[in-house]
Amino acid sequence: MLLLQIDTALIIEKAILISVILMGSLGVAMYATWAERKVAAIMQDRLGPNRAGPFGLFQPLADGLKLFFKEEIIPDRSTRFIFILGPCLAMLTATMTSAVLPWGPDVEMFGRTVSLQVADINIGILFVFGVVSLGVYGVMLGGWASNNKFSLLSSIRAASQAISYELAMGISLIALLMMTGSLSLKDIVEQQHGFWHDGYFTWNFFKQPLGFFIFLICAFAELNRAPFDLPECESELNMGYHQEYSSMKLGFYLFAEYINMFISSAIISTLFFGGYNFPFMDKVQAAVPGGVFALACVGALMTKVVCMILFFMFIRWTLPRFRYDQLMKLGWRTLIPLALVNMLVTGAVILFTMENPKPSEKKTTEQIETELKKAQAYNGKVN
Amino acid sequence: MEKLTNRSVQVNRNPMTISERAYIPSILKGLSITLGHIFKKKATVSYPEEKRPFSPVFRGLHILNRDEEGKERCTACGLCALACPAEAITMEAAERKPGEENLYREEKYAAKYEINMLRCIFCGYCEEACPKDAIYLTETVMPSNYTRKSFIYKKDDLLIPNTNKQG
Repeated sequence: MLLLQIDTALIIEKAILISVILMGSLGVAMYATWAERKVAAIMQDRLGPNRAGPFGLFQPLADGLKLFFKEEIIPDRSTRFIFILGPCLAMLTATMTSAVLPWGPDVEMFGRTVSLQVADINIGILFVFGVVSLGVYGVMLGGWASNNKFSLLSSIRAASQAISYELAMGISLIALLMMTGSLSLKDIVEQQHGFWHDGYFTWNFFKQPLGFFIFLICAFAELNRAPFDLPECESELNMGYHQEYSSMKLGFYLFAEYINMFISSAIISTLFFGGYNFPFMDKVQAAVPGGVFALACVGALMTKVVCMILFFMFIRWTLPRFRYDQLMKLGWRTLIPLALVNMLVTGAVILFTMENPKPSEKKTTEQIETELKKAQAYNGKVN
Repeated sequence: MEKLTNRSVQVNRNPMTISERAYIPSILKGLSITLGHIFKKKATVSYPEEKRPFSPVFRGLHILNRDEEGKERCTACGLCALACPAEAITMEAAERKPGEENLYREEKYAAKYEINMLRCIFCGYCEEACPKDAIYLTETVMPSNYTRKSFIYKKDDLLIPNTNKQG
């Protein structure tokens, strides 16, 4: 009967949260393009954009404006509807994933508990996977509708790459999910509370280093970023699937990539680096008011995300692109077996340590108890 | 064949070792290289604010010089035009009228003096040929423009301002 609890305040609260997250991710993606150019420049002993505003900070605005004013060309032989649908889908799927991410702890505001998460669905990570695999449709449709050999080739590459790496990604996550025992991202984050508990790190990175490693490589491949940027390799397929695109439709494709980068950095931080948790958070929580603490939590998450984005860029400007056969070999013959082994070992360890449950599992039982109490209280109210 | 230098290295064609095939050590090595480049000095010169010094023998735009009293030095002898390998210089001579002694140093002067900057190769032979020290090449880089016509520099463009008259 939870559905009946929806009231106007909740709708307003969620609407504000959604627009803030949407604008935030667009803004971060915008400045990620700027940061990418800066990072590239710094690594190549250059200065990077520095003409538009201080440190070139208005550069993304200028780029966006330029893309809007460019002539919009739709090829005669293209499938018009699908051609337009392609970038829309890419953008849609890029922004949709942020819905299930917990951006901070619950806040007490105006006498009600506001959750800094748009939707705490209990299959959060599955939702993420579903949307991410939808993302390949944007590329596929765009490449197909362009009616261009190179675009088609590149979109086929993109699709097969995405499919191959999603497998390893999923398997590497199964190991993690066996440890957390929950698919809800909120639960996963709360299990990583603080930094140190019962003589070991709470963050999943320290419990699943190999899983993290595989997940990271697959994330690179899913994002079509270097060294896995075969779908849009400039040198062979001249821009690949978005070759026929111009104006803001091209901009959407490029922009969707940066939004994806932001979101996947957030997912990686959430799954493996404790999300909004940070060391000594209990002491901070005791010392400062709730709103400030929530802000600190969001800040901690954003710091992790920014570090992750910088790492993505760092890798892009270091490694050369894989050859296509190398890419497939890495995906199918290295990562999937590795992920399977990781899954098996994790499963075995969990099986043999079942007798004395881990702190994380203790917590879940506590949660179940609190949930039970909540339900009882609710029932009492109804009756 | 005898080696000319000691710098040649035999290409290593051994099969890759496990650490090489794992790819991770080489990634770390690459990352450390790019990390090192973050702290290196930037090669960029931010041009309009910051200019690179020219060499002392740099040859830029021409000027027509005046003498100490502000009179034009050029007598339209045509030696510069003759020396010019690109045939960029043309001039027309005129005779000095009475009352113009403060304008021109000698009885003959250049009524018209044009240099086609698109033809000019900035070799500096005009400067060398001039017997009157009238033409010099400065350190100014030729500015760009939109029309061909604007690259034909007239006497007014070339002549340096008369500082004596102003002072």
